Amino acid sequence: MLLIKNGRVLDPASKTDALRDILLDGERIAEIAPTGKISLASGAEVFDASGLIVAPGFIDMHVHLREPGQENSETIETGTLAAARGGFTAVCCMPNTKPVNDNASITRFIVDRAKAHGHVRVWPIGAASIGSKGEAIAEIGAMREAGIVAVSDDGKPIATAKLARQILDYCRTLELPVIEHSEDVSLAAGAVMREGVASTRLGLPGMPAAAESVCVARDVQIAELTGARLHIAHLSAKASLDQVRYAKQNGLRVTCEVTPHHFTLIDEDVTYDSRYKMNPPLAARADREALWQGLADGTVDAIATDHAPHEPAIKDVEFDKSPFGILGFETAVGLALEQLVHTGKLPLMRMVELFTTGPARVLGKERKLAVSEPSDVTIFSLDRAWTYKVKESASKSRNSPFDGKSFKGGPVATIVAGKIVYRA
Amino acid sequence: MTYRFRDLLALEPLSADELTFILDQAQPFQEIQRHPLKKLATLRGKTVVLAFFENSTRTRLSFGTAASRLGADTMNLQAEASSLKKGETLLDTANNLNAMKPDCFVMRHSSSGAADFVARHLEIPVVNAGDGTHEHPSQGLLDALTIRDRKGTLKDLNVTILGDIAHSRVARSNIHLLGKFGCRFTLCGPAMWVPRELEKIGPPGTPIRCVYRVEEALEDADVIIVLRVQTERLHEPSLSQNDYILLYQLNEERMRLAKKDALILHPGPINRGTEITPEVADGPRSGVLEQVTNGVAVRMAILYLLMVGATEGTHPALEVQGEAKPKESAHASD
Repeated sequence: MLLIKNGRVLDPASKTDALRDILLDGERIAEIAPTGKISLASGAEVFDASGLIVAPGFIDMHVHLREPGQENSETIETGTLAAARGGFTAVCCMPNTKPVNDNASITRFIVDRAKAHGHVRVWPIGAASIGSKGEAIAEIGAMREAGIVAVSDDGKPIATAKLARQILDYCRTLELPVIEHSEDVSLAAGAVMREGVASTRLGLPGMPAAAESVCVARDVQIAELTGARLHIAHLSAKASLDQVRYAKQNGLRVTCEVTPHHFTLIDEDVTYDSRYKMNPPLAARADREALWQGLADGTVDAIATDHAPHEPAIKDVEFDKSPFGILGFETAVGLALEQLVHTGKLPLMRMVELFTTGPARVLGKERKLAVSEPSDVTIFSLDRAWTYKVKESASKSRNSPFDGKSFKGGPVATIVAGKIVYRA
Repeated sequence: MTYRFRDLLALEPLSADELTFILDQAQPFQEIQRHPLKKLATLRGKTVVLAFFENSTRTRLSFGTAASRLGADTMNLQAEASSLKKGETLLDTANNLNAMKPDCFVMRHSSSGAADFVARHLEIPVVNAGDGTHEHPSQGLLDALTIRDRKGTLKDLNVTILGDIAHSRVARSNIHLLGKFGCRFTLCGPAMWVPRELEKIGPPGTPIRCVYRVEEALEDADVIIVLRVQTERLHEPSLSQNDYILLYQLNEERMRLAKKDALILHPGPINRGTEITPEVADGPRSGVLEQVTNGVAVRMAILYLLMVGATEGTHPALEVQGEAKPKESAHASD
């Protein structure tokens, strides 16, 4: 038994914003009551959440744990510990492991490893096509049995419109969302950052915003054609957001996520330091403004980190030779508070929604603080001063542009299935 | 004044005064080039690495000559013969060369920012001898020295750059340097080589316009910088060479539109008959060979500033070549 006392409970599902005590009995929530009303059985642990926010467990629906195959960069154990330290209670790991998670045996391997070594819940995402090669549909049905929550060829888009149509059709029958890394690979070929004044000044090959939005347009129209659930991953461009807005206005089952780095940094921040290299690349100032708008008005469904660890030996090289991707777990909540809440762009409840009910809905799940719901809780502070030091990160990798950054507010405790898996 | 950076990675961060200072330091070295005995002892006992990860003849020889005329020894690395072919990383190569204890690291590399990357990891001065499509600082300086010699000033000139500007590290260094002196730029070539974003990369307030007709670009030009059409890596989409000649080649007829005393520069090597006709390249308005001579002087100044550092009135060229007094700089206050 764990009693979380005196916290300000924020629960988007029930629109609760009040001082409450929550009693967790193992894996399920036993009781929720106004402060001081729960009579405590002896032996129960007490967590004093005075001055803190108590929210449903945060979900990061887009992460790379690198296991199996790239354990020098991350493992399920280290990745999920970093996730716990970032306030996340569940993560969805992308299938671009080695080998690719495109069949039930790999899915089961990930699920089993996560059970044995994971610090938070791991919900795998299966490959949409075999080997994510864009040729034939993967064994999605069998992977669903093994525990996948969505499919994606992340790292690249589903190769052709025809295959995308077939996969969306198939996933409609399986009731799984298809997560698209929307990118026109011909427009993006060779590019290492967003095309614009910054890329021109740096002499780095740039991809236009259209490299993303052209493919989002394709995918949205295929979602319309098939009626399937389509989720646009790491959306970065205003033109892409406009497509999603159009889709929602027309009743399509289209959702999208935005990363903390895209709502924080822009192309003008890019230096030759490869920790500023990710895909989609940091976008233009106007795109960031559009993302802020989309996060506020409901067009964006989730904040997801796209946590992409790469070991220094392969990441700390010339900018154009460095792989795409940066760490995301440990700085996500701090950045959301700093960029979105402290600036007044988003009410706190909306931010919590983007980390909880938002991604849960995309995945066809529920996320709420209510009796008999899972005991997954994220406790965070609005004002705790702390500094991110990447050399102390739980991740095996060090590729964060936010190293040394000071934050106001961030995760204080992460509780999964009634157990405190992280405490600041 | 002294040079305040450890490295020379780009011209963008340098002020007009700092750029003038480097050019002034190069001036006595220009005199040295005219002497029968050109060798100084200034850098005796010092070693300069010439790490050319991308092929180069002119720039490598120019830096090598500059180092040797200052009395330094050189260590040469050429891409073809290097262990990069065996999969060694740039950082490992740099660290290994550095372990041989050189005093300066001159490098060319095909990745933009590669010199910046190496400089972050080495403690000795790094000179960028061209990084991808970013900058080519010594070329920018030698162009400026040539312009200053011919025009008597760098101030307020109309500078036209012709060719693939998007992929030109020379053009960027030209813009960052000459822009600091109030020059106005006209960039000309087919649209995919001259993106509009270029209008915003110069020093704040620098007038830069992109035009697509060569005739328009040449009007009122004081300086015309013709870029090499990089046939060896014609950037996509590959453009017809005949079309380029038809629409953009600098020829005598088109030169009639420029000012009578317009100066023509080219960073070399020239594709004769492609971006420029032989008559124009070899004509009286061409400064192409002066550029090459000035390249050695500018690179001597760079190595001297980074490895020794200048003190007022003790320029090595003046000490050794007593009779080679530099011309009193009329534009030191530019």
